[in-house]
Amino acid sequence: MASQTKPLSDSVMTVKRSDTVQRLKNFLIKNGPLATTIVIFFVLYLIGSWLYPAMQKPQVVFNLFINQASLLLVSIGMTLVIIAKGIDLSVAGVIALTTAASAALLAAGMSPFIVMPLMLVMGITFGLAQGWLIHFFKVEPFIVTLMGLFFARGMAYIITLSSLTINDPVYRFLALTKVYIPFFEKVYVYIPTFVAPVMLLVTIYLSFFTQFGRTVYAIGNNEQSALLMGLPVARTKLLVYAFSGLCSAMAGIVWSVSLLSGYGGYAPGMELDAIASVVIGGTMLTGGIGTVIGTLFGVLINGTIVSILQFNGTLSSWWTRIGVGVLTLIFLGVQSLFYMRQKHS
Amino acid sequence: MAESNNKDMIVLEGISKSFPGVQALDDVAFTLKRGEIHCLMGGNGAGKSTLIKIITGVERQDTGTVLFDGQEVSIKSPQQAQMIGISPVYQEVNLCTNLSVAENILIGREPRKFGAIAWKAMNNRASQQLQRLNINIDVTEPLGVYSTAIQQMVAIARALEVAETKVLILDEPTSSLDVHETEKLFEVMRKLRDEGIAIIFITHFLDQVYEVSDRMTILRNGKLVGTYDTESLPMIDLVAKMIGRSLSDFSNMTQIKRASKKNIKEDTLLQAEQLGRSKSIQPFDLELHAGEVVGLAGLLGSGRTEIANLLFGVDKPDNGTLRFKGEAIKKFSPNESIARGIGFCPEDRKAEGLVGELTVRENIILAIQANQGWFKFLSKQKQYELAERYIKLLDIKTSTADQMVKNLSGGNQQKVILARWLAINPQVLILDEPTRGVDIGAKTEIQRLVLELAEEGKSCVFISSELEEVLRTSHRIVVLRDREKINEFGSGEADEQKIMEAIAAGDS
Repeated sequence: MASQTKPLSDSVMTVKRSDTVQRLKNFLIKNGPLATTIVIFFVLYLIGSWLYPAMQKPQVVFNLFINQASLLLVSIGMTLVIIAKGIDLSVAGVIALTTAASAALLAAGMSPFIVMPLMLVMGITFGLAQGWLIHFFKVEPFIVTLMGLFFARGMAYIITLSSLTINDPVYRFLALTKVYIPFFEKVYVYIPTFVAPVMLLVTIYLSFFTQFGRTVYAIGNNEQSALLMGLPVARTKLLVYAFSGLCSAMAGIVWSVSLLSGYGGYAPGMELDAIASVVIGGTMLTGGIGTVIGTLFGVLINGTIVSILQFNGTLSSWWTRIGVGVLTLIFLGVQSLFYMRQKHS
Repeated sequence: MAESNNKDMIVLEGISKSFPGVQALDDVAFTLKRGEIHCLMGGNGAGKSTLIKIITGVERQDTGTVLFDGQEVSIKSPQQAQMIGISPVYQEVNLCTNLSVAENILIGREPRKFGAIAWKAMNNRASQQLQRLNINIDVTEPLGVYSTAIQQMVAIARALEVAETKVLILDEPTSSLDVHETEKLFEVMRKLRDEGIAIIFITHFLDQVYEVSDRMTILRNGKLVGTYDTESLPMIDLVAKMIGRSLSDFSNMTQIKRASKKNIKEDTLLQAEQLGRSKSIQPFDLELHAGEVVGLAGLLGSGRTEIANLLFGVDKPDNGTLRFKGEAIKKFSPNESIARGIGFCPEDRKAEGLVGELTVRENIILAIQANQGWFKFLSKQKQYELAERYIKLLDIKTSTADQMVKNLSGGNQQKVILARWLAINPQVLILDEPTRGVDIGAKTEIQRLVLELAEEGKSCVFISSELEEVLRTSHRIVVLRDREKINEFGSGEADEQKIMEAIAAGDS
């Protein structure tokens, strides 16, 4: 409910009105792609809950975060990589490898408190290695990370050809404990659900308030310039891929916790879902432009389409892909429109 | 300030540097004093850029010493150079257009609060720094929304922001600025000089050198010619020292032109009758005789390139006819034109002409190859013969025919393109800005070459933004304005004044 505005501030507003309108216009043009993403999410969700009133339940909204936890995590890492004008196709492979390796190590009796940090270290190392190849050997990120995908998925299958169940009590506790959301009745999430939102906040901080984040943007715009500006280009590029590896490993842990198993075939094609979410979130594949906030809504849109199809129940789940595909294309159109506008203004 | 003025900021001694196949610098000495504006002069390939790269830590010298502020230093990276107070501002603004102006000035040294970037403090500091340069803009906007001139100033502001900048290097900062913007830049430069900063200034514009510099150092072909006080070196001597030969070459050319004029034959090679294309160029008449150079004069966008595109068949005309040796051309395409013996050197050699990753030889035989069909084999021996012939003929400065084209200087790259078209033995050669970005020495050579070709009976369409150049090389001059042919001058009756009047006439 909007509170009553005082007449004084009202008059001040009118004096500055034209300025404010101009500012609002600039703001909209500048943040057009992001605003469009957010609006589409809400419109989509409203349509869904109008078609299927069950979607109006708050639990369904939280389910988006529960079900899309892994996708959100890898998309966060992917966003920074894409802003730095790279691409990371290895993310889903790292997820699969993490689940398989965790399951095997836990089955061998290793403590989960060692397994989880170990997996994170593995993810970071994996990303660092890819970044190193990309930066120092000047290999296309596309090729390096595609090989990374093959390697990681291959390794996962080497560890186990079939799905390995996890019986570790700590994992079971993490997987099955419901955390009830205050102020909502009987609305809950699971413990691993918090990982992605926390990473989101961390990444927002990183990208807007640290030299690392700003250097990522600078590299995406013009790597040569960034170098000549004296920015630590090599370090930042390595770190971006390491960060994506970390996010993927986290996504793998979340995945293995929620399914309580490990398998090389998990998260098939998720690298492409992640890229689609990042693009829908307003990040330019040409680098330098985009935010991780947009990516959140990109992932939520993906989740909403899935939910709508689930509530419908009769439509093939492949409609998700079709929906995401169409939206991504629309988005690329909207983006170029906005950026053309920006150039003319 | 007088005492510190005499102190040397940078002293280079015996600097040599070679790249594959090129001796870029050969035993060069250079001294930069505190509080002076020092011009670095030289044609393309003289070694200016290499010298700057060594000072800024992008490249390492093979031999020689660098003294900075009295101490011997070895500068290993651009970061290190910036740390000790050497800040370069390059020709193309090397900043990030997606970041805000404030970030572009301060990133890398941004103010922080609890480890996080303090945006408010950063914006304030950026505004202050820009005000020092008399610039008042919203520093929170992305850099990309501002003009090149402003971006240049932002780049300078960034350079100054480096902890105690002692040396500011401006590499062709004025090439994309207009007169007022340049004047403003000079004001800033003088101000900084008076504050005690040493400035190295590189420019192609000679009058700017005289307007703003205190001293100058001239390089030629990687060797030091000398360092002079600007006041004591007349411009004519400067040019002579830069190109390494006296200006009699220019008058020489007039003779060649006169001689070649006799050779112009009656028969027309290329004849356009009311040739035109809507929205591109108004219908025009144009005749090109054998052995004749026809210059197209006019401002940028006046329709010069459009005419070239029509003549070469890149664009199809929708009006009039084009005859080649009296025969009307029906099919317009570059391939057809090449088959007829028409060659075209486009304006943007990097985008449209040269393949930098290929060798000189490969670039030269490209057009022949295309003309012969891609699958017909041209023997290696024949290829080398051709390449060597044109390298010699055009005096292309390259170590071998197998040198990669990207390692050549701009002027020599241009000659490689010329060689490519000469190799197919064309009867008509269309040259669109063949001397753009090329130093004076190479310029005269290219101009002379054009006249020599005419003397051999070939015809040329010569396009240039420099009126003086068009006048010097052309037998006949077609003047264009606003995509329309407005006048034509025969040789002898045209001079700069007349052509400029013709170009300007529409405005009155």
